[in-house]
Amino acid sequence: MKIQAIPLTAASRGSVVPKAARPVLPFIAVLAAAIALPFVSDDYWTLIATRAAIYWILVSGLNLAVGFGGQLAIGFVAVLTLGAYVASVLAAGTITLAWPAFAALGAAGLAGAVAGGIIGLPALRLGSFYFAMTTLGFATIVTQVALAWTSVTGGGTGVAGPSLPAPFDTTLGLYGLCLALAALCTWMTANIAHSRFGRGLVAIRDADVAAEAVGVAKPRLLLSVFVLCGTLAGVAGGLFASLQSYITPDAFTFDLSVLFFIAILVGGRGSVLGPLLGIIVLTVLPELAAPLVAWSTFLYAILLLVIVLTIPGGLAELLDVVNRRPIPAGRVISPQMDLVPVMLPPRSAGDRLELRDVLLRFGAVRAIDGLDLQIRPGQVHGLIGPNGSGKTTTLNVISGYAAPEQGQITLGDTPLPFGRPHLRAGHGIARTFQRPRILGESSVLQNVALGGSINGRASFFETLLSLPRHHRDEARFRDDALLALRLVGLEALAAVRADRLQHSELRFVEIARALMQRPSILLLDEPAAGLTPGEIIKLGLLIKAVSRQGIGVLLVEHHADLIFDVCDHVTVLNLGRVLACGTPAEIRSHREVVSAYLGG
Amino acid sequence: MLASILASGLAMGAVYALTAMAYNTMFAASRVMSFTTGQLGMLGGVFGSLLVLRFHMPVAVGLILAIAGCAAIGVLTERVAVRPVLAKLDQHLYVLSTLALAMAIQQLAAIFWGTEPRPFPRLLGTAVGGVFDERFWLPLMACVAVIGGLEYLYRGTLLGRAFLAVAEDSEAARALGLPERRLRVASYALAGGIGGIAGFFGGELMLAYFGNGSMLSFYGFIPVALGGLGNNRGAIIGGLALGLLQQAANFALGGVFASCAVFAVFIAALLAVPGGMFRGIAARRV
Repeated sequence: MKIQAIPLTAASRGSVVPKAARPVLPFIAVLAAAIALPFVSDDYWTLIATRAAIYWILVSGLNLAVGFGGQLAIGFVAVLTLGAYVASVLAAGTITLAWPAFAALGAAGLAGAVAGGIIGLPALRLGSFYFAMTTLGFATIVTQVALAWTSVTGGGTGVAGPSLPAPFDTTLGLYGLCLALAALCTWMTANIAHSRFGRGLVAIRDADVAAEAVGVAKPRLLLSVFVLCGTLAGVAGGLFASLQSYITPDAFTFDLSVLFFIAILVGGRGSVLGPLLGIIVLTVLPELAAPLVAWSTFLYAILLLVIVLTIPGGLAELLDVVNRRPIPAGRVISPQMDLVPVMLPPRSAGDRLELRDVLLRFGAVRAIDGLDLQIRPGQVHGLIGPNGSGKTTTLNVISGYAAPEQGQITLGDTPLPFGRPHLRAGHGIARTFQRPRILGESSVLQNVALGGSINGRASFFETLLSLPRHHRDEARFRDDALLALRLVGLEALAAVRADRLQHSELRFVEIARALMQRPSILLLDEPAAGLTPGEIIKLGLLIKAVSRQGIGVLLVEHHADLIFDVCDHVTVLNLGRVLACGTPAEIRSHREVVSAYLGG
Repeated sequence: MLASILASGLAMGAVYALTAMAYNTMFAASRVMSFTTGQLGMLGGVFGSLLVLRFHMPVAVGLILAIAGCAAIGVLTERVAVRPVLAKLDQHLYVLSTLALAMAIQQLAAIFWGTEPRPFPRLLGTAVGGVFDERFWLPLMACVAVIGGLEYLYRGTLLGRAFLAVAEDSEAARALGLPERRLRVASYALAGGIGGIAGFFGGELMLAYFGNGSMLSFYGFIPVALGGLGNNRGAIIGGLALGLLQQAANFALGGVFASCAVFAVFIAALLAVPGGMFRGIAARRV
């Protein structure tokens, strides 16, 4: 925990104290209570706690996909079922020689990993409702197969669960094992949650366009997460079978899936502690209110509805007192230009970005009609023109969100593929958006740190086990993000939830996020929209200072003053074609431009 | 054998197609897919059995009341699970809100109706059995009637044109002075009615069973996904094809593996053509 200290400026001290990056105390308290439980109660409660621990082994992984990644995998009970049957069948020796119980558990984890990957696959291409449906389908199919494949699964009569060797064959022994595994899972999934992978997942959930822009490889990330979820769910299934000692398809109703899902959403998306408390409460609650058992699923459904409609952030949001303290009003954004060379060391002349003869039609409309454009390193290139002239479309073509029908985009000598926005960050191209795309529920610091995603060295596996490279990565992201925030003048807000900021501040957060990429080409889409005149002047100075470090800047803007102040070169578009290009002075006196666009 | 595959396949296909049209009707009005769609079909069956068998009402009265009940559930869906979400920034929440409502409905049915399938009345009591039994052709007739009704509504009436206007561009429709919110409620009532018809006329085939809800939500969605969102022609073709495929696989492979086969085909088709085989609706992202 050596990366906790955030250097504070005098302005921020007292009002917004950044909390520790990873508060561990509540987790220790839960663990201590869990360890103490068998000593203060009876076997009955130990069994229930064992069940909660097993559920958590599954939910801790699922939380990454559902809570952080926003992937609505509602049918994940399918993997629990699979794991339970794989472990039981292998340990019982119905199809092979009887496996040792722990080997069977391992096989359950392996089977779960494969199943998790398969279940996750549709998430890469399909929308949320479609994906939810496919997982629901998986849950139905697995139960049906378990019922029908009598020779292996015993059909409706079921099969005995694996019996673990001593010392895990007693109530207390099994509880200890499950608790240890649950603690391990908490630690591992929290490592992922608080890494660039966790930020990438939240970005996929809250601002997938921004996730692509910073180079988050969505397919790979989601697949890794689903394989992890599947592994944990498979192991949880095997343990579940041990705990039940006998399993039938009836044990794996869809209600169980819903329970997992609701624990995560009630606990709070984007939190590890919230879902942990959620699963404990939801497991224990029916035991305390026995007459309500028949109604429990109905009540869970109503609870889910209420949570979704009133506090989509769940209990974690409700308990987040830090972010309900007022932040000072009348804040002033004051970029510190002297930090620009620190953040962006001057580079030797980079490559220039060139568009040649680019054509893009939307139906019959030629949005870009044979456009040539060059963005040179170290210069600010302005792109102006009336609404609908193709400015933002041009920017989208460069950053890969729109694929032209013909033409060429090259960076230096390298041709850039059309479409493929998530590959642009790797080429050193960063961008901001007309409407800021931010992770509203994450802190400002996390939002900026997201920009560093492509510079991470630690693999998913290294992060899972918190190996040294992961620590080095995160320390660097943290330092860089703080530096970028100081540079744009927002360090006082580092710990504040991003959706509490003003619009103008979000524009600077986006710029800080883009600078985190240490880009060679920076694309700004109307960065001055919604800013005060004073802020626009500061923005202009910042843009100019950034470009002087050898970065090519493309500035799409409506504010003529800003364009003429900071640009080295201006292109005027009209109906997707170049109406004029040249230095600001030339454009200002260009007859057609003045009459068509500038007025006067 | 071929005849019975055709008969049962087309009958189930008609139920799926009707459910898919209920999905589409909601989607057209609100750009939202609702998990409650299949529950409407389940309720159509449960209401029918309750009213006709237990309360001894005439079939026609039972039909009208069942449709009215399902239409009310449609309106409830709009009011409770859709309208509050449409007002929010994060509109993906509809997946959760409609799922929650669907689960609540299903659970109420399980508690008050029971978890065992219960008999559904013979609607006409015709004596012809075999592949010409009424339980096979009634869903088909209902499907044809609904298609005809929707055609008339959309092409022949002012209300239907207003529906189409909202479906095409709800903001523009509002700008024209159309009561967009009331039209949306009406669409949900209509969708509820269609779902109820699916369950009522499919009742002799599926019985009055609380588990039909999630089954129909899933199999009714397949034609929507493959046919393209909001495309009723795709929904009908897709629904009938799904019913036939499922029954054929049933005969060839046996129940469970048939479900697996249908599911595998569905996933593969979706991954190959995420937007559906027929033209659907796409949105601009940046």
